[in-house]
Amino acid sequence: MRAEDWRKMGLKDEEYLLITEIIGRDPNYVELGMYSVMWSEHCSYKNSKEVLRTLPTKGERVLQGPGENAGIVDIGDGLAVCFKIESHNHPSAIEPYQGAATGVGGIIRDIFTMGARPIALLNSLRFGTLEDVRARYIFNGVVSGIAGYGNCIGIPTVGGEVYFDPCYQGNPLVNAMCVGLLETDKIKRGQASGTGNPVVLVGARTGRDGMHGVTFASEELSAASEEKRPAVQVGDPFMEKLLLEACLELIYNDDVVGIQDLGGAGLTCATSEMASRAGTGLEIELERVPCREQGMTPYEIMLSESQERMLMVVLPEKEEKVHEVFRRWGLTSTTIGQVTGDGILRVRMGGKVVAEVPARSLAEDAPVYCPAFIEPAYLRMTAQLQLAEIPDSGDAEKVLLQLLSAPNIASKEWVWQQYDYMVRTCTVVLPGSDAAVLRLRGTKKGLAMTVDCNSRYVFLDPYLGGKIAVAEAARNLVCSGGEPLAVTDCLNFGNPEKAEIFWQFRKAVEGISEACLAFATPVIGGNVSFYNETNGEAIYPTPTVGMVGLLEDVEKRCTQEFKADGDLIVLLGETYEELGGSEYLATVHGMVAGRPPALELDKEKALHKLVLPAIGQGMLNSAHDLSEGGLAVALAECSFGQNIGASVELSSKGLRHDSLLFGESQSRVVVSVATDKVEMLLALAAQENVPAAVIGKTGGNSFLVTVDGRELINLPIEKMKTAWREAIGCLLK
Amino acid sequence: MKFGVVVFPGSNCDLDAYHLVKDVLGEQVDYIWHQEESVAGFDCIVLPGGFSYGDYLRCGAIARFSPVMKSVVSFAGGGGLVLGICNGFQVLLEAGLLPGALYRNINLQFRCLFTHLKVENLQTPFTVGLEAGRLLKIPIAHGEGNYYADPDTLRRMEKSGQIVFRYATANGEVTDTANPNGSLANIAGVCNEMKNVLGMMPHPERAGEAALGSEDGRLIFKSILKSWEGSR
Amino acid sequence: MWKAEIRVLLKKSVLDPQGQAVENALGSLGYGNVQDVRIGKYLEVSFDAGSRQEAEAQVREMSERLLTNPVIEDYTFELVEE
Repeated sequence: MRAEDWRKMGLKDEEYLLITEIIGRDPNYVELGMYSVMWSEHCSYKNSKEVLRTLPTKGERVLQGPGENAGIVDIGDGLAVCFKIESHNHPSAIEPYQGAATGVGGIIRDIFTMGARPIALLNSLRFGTLEDVRARYIFNGVVSGIAGYGNCIGIPTVGGEVYFDPCYQGNPLVNAMCVGLLETDKIKRGQASGTGNPVVLVGARTGRDGMHGVTFASEELSAASEEKRPAVQVGDPFMEKLLLEACLELIYNDDVVGIQDLGGAGLTCATSEMASRAGTGLEIELERVPCREQGMTPYEIMLSESQERMLMVVLPEKEEKVHEVFRRWGLTSTTIGQVTGDGILRVRMGGKVVAEVPARSLAEDAPVYCPAFIEPAYLRMTAQLQLAEIPDSGDAEKVLLQLLSAPNIASKEWVWQQYDYMVRTCTVVLPGSDAAVLRLRGTKKGLAMTVDCNSRYVFLDPYLGGKIAVAEAARNLVCSGGEPLAVTDCLNFGNPEKAEIFWQFRKAVEGISEACLAFATPVIGGNVSFYNETNGEAIYPTPTVGMVGLLEDVEKRCTQEFKADGDLIVLLGETYEELGGSEYLATVHGMVAGRPPALELDKEKALHKLVLPAIGQGMLNSAHDLSEGGLAVALAECSFGQNIGASVELSSKGLRHDSLLFGESQSRVVVSVATDKVEMLLALAAQENVPAAVIGKTGGNSFLVTVDGRELINLPIEKMKTAWREAIGCLLK
Repeated sequence: MKFGVVVFPGSNCDLDAYHLVKDVLGEQVDYIWHQEESVAGFDCIVLPGGFSYGDYLRCGAIARFSPVMKSVVSFAGGGGLVLGICNGFQVLLEAGLLPGALYRNINLQFRCLFTHLKVENLQTPFTVGLEAGRLLKIPIAHGEGNYYADPDTLRRMEKSGQIVFRYATANGEVTDTANPNGSLANIAGVCNEMKNVLGMMPHPERAGEAALGSEDGRLIFKSILKSWEGSR
Repeated sequence: MWKAEIRVLLKKSVLDPQGQAVENALGSLGYGNVQDVRIGKYLEVSFDAGSRQEAEAQVREMSERLLTNPVIEDYTFELVEE
């Protein structure tokens, strides 16, 4: 083997040496390929493992933490919820439609592999600014890809977030999350147990697509990336729908010992991980693998990332029945080998052994690195924000309209109207509110779900930004009436071999960790995506947080829009002179600077302890979390749902007007309450030590704001709503 | 009365139709696998929404050759009630049970949103229970719901009352802005000459409970029950 | 062995929204001389048949039964002997 062979596959010289030590000889070409994909960052987490260990992963409700295809949390009454988020950034940068579609397909497989019925999809998307023609092309393609896959397979896409920033121009982020439901006694794991048990491959035929996809995901993008297009796979949602139904039928009837989907690193990953988890070995015969093209080599078959394939271990007496069920669903299944007791992954082609290595060494023994880290130099620059040098917002009406039509705040209806968010008829809070809420048929329960991250905050302060991402997700669930259960995270960063990037990573994880501990929401799974750089320029560090919450009684849910005229508007939480990292500063003053708003976890928890029971006791007619654009934008959004205006009187108490109206101080929620319930709410707020102020009243067709008795905003709802609703569509024309 | 919900490979609104009939209306319902050769014992056949056979080639083009469709065609020929929703509507058109065709939405995008339907004919088994002038609020979710028929066919259909639903504004006006997909004459649903086969793009099974934002879809199923009881 | 190369297009009388979109895009790229764009499908079907005549008859039948929807689509085909 020549050095350029392993280097071309992305292996370091010392890693090659380690392989020769493990197997006691030089690997052949097939084996080298297998190690190179399994030891890539994407599969082995070799750079991130040590840091990820610091995340809290345990909790009373956790039935399955990280390490499996997806995590699982108990929700009582014999039911559990299974969820995970995963990135498909690089494939989407190259071929947006298929990249996004196969991202959705992959995460759905992770969920039903665990035995759960997928019930909802969410996604977190980030693109360059829409003035750029390529960003528009990618945005369009990604949204249609998600729609194309999710709509066809019949799983509603119920929520998500979309942001635009120049830092994502060459490297968009496509993070897809899937939520599934299962009975606690039906959990399946990706384990190849039971020596002699047959191994069954089912689904699409294996082709040459997606070779070395994981290696591709573990490199920076460059002009040459476009030429690596074959690394992108094509999705077939119809095939996956059949796979999903057939696999769930088999799992439900207890016909499956272990099951895993073939995703990154294909057959190599599925076989080695399943054997490694069970402490067994596997023997497979590649001639039995149905191929799409003739003359495929063992190397190609082992590394192919063709979509919509599953690997299953079954009991010998169930083998025929399993094939029969797949036949009924119109699927091709083949027994390709069996479980062995010797811990070796032995691969044959026409009887001849073409690879023979310890399964565990592929799945578990990649070297673990502790990359160097150093505080980024840019932070000293960005921290210098002199508010005194920035003029206060003169024309508040103009600023409000400007913010409402800023793509990061504007309505994302153009996006979600392309998704089928209603199929399965369980979506009871539709897209556009703080979190989506689904009812669970046959029970009184509901699930609230959201994905969140303000990456500008993380850029300006990775630790604080990470903390805020978790807090905002939790707040969104709470505003919908859901008690936060657990977290799945998708950690999108630049090249970890750069010390400044790795510092961002460590700090963000530290922040997430601390917040997850505080809210008792363990991280039950997720994904790390490094190397999100184009021509050496990294994206903002973007640790997306996916969170699921439980409503014991789904009838007691809450949405953000005002419901009636004459309700009182109450602001919960406190407003400070905080404009650092705000959308206002970026949109109006063209600045990304300052420190993000402070977050005190105790205050945030107190807020949750107030809002949840207030919703549960029916005190609130609406609740909306304050985020980008601050109080003014939040109130406007509350008005849009049912075209109910508001008049609000604020006193500045020495704050700048722009801080008061557009600042993004944390731990704040704006609620509307019927007049006869406001005393109750204020009493509860006092008890929980949450500042609460009645700031106005709902009603009318306009949005009126006075500060210290002076009218600053008087705008018709219709005018604001048009600006907010049509902004994204207009930018695409 | 017993409903049958056909399951093609790729159907995905089968569960929703089943749920509405069974749990909301409390009527009998069973799934019918696409390879069944008989629909005996059922009083109304529902072809549900979804992406039968991935909608590859054309929506509904492959499903219409499923074994079950032969018996659905003869069931319809004998006056049996058949309701095709979304993809089911497309299957009925491909099978020749309804006139016209459906193709790509004019804006080329999949669209999922609530629409308002003006009911143009109250004399069908699917609309007989509706009040005159009452709009129905029912959502659509499709990428290919743009209805087309040639001018002669359209004229004939108008004359014989085969246009059942049209997209309208919340005030009941049939306008271009109310048309979500470019359908000819805002057509959202049509029936055959005998009036026992209805195809519609909007999803009544998604509008059967207050929690889902509308209960109007239930009225269509109530009409079916009413007309079936009247016919016995 | 025969190979039928079948082209399916929307009928002239039917609006082609995809073609329209591409036509507009070409226009905005500066191809002001483009007058019409139509988008259709291309299928290759390989099959055995006794004679050209038999093969042609089969292609017509396949096209009319499954491959096209005669309400909105027209088709043309070429037969190649392989």
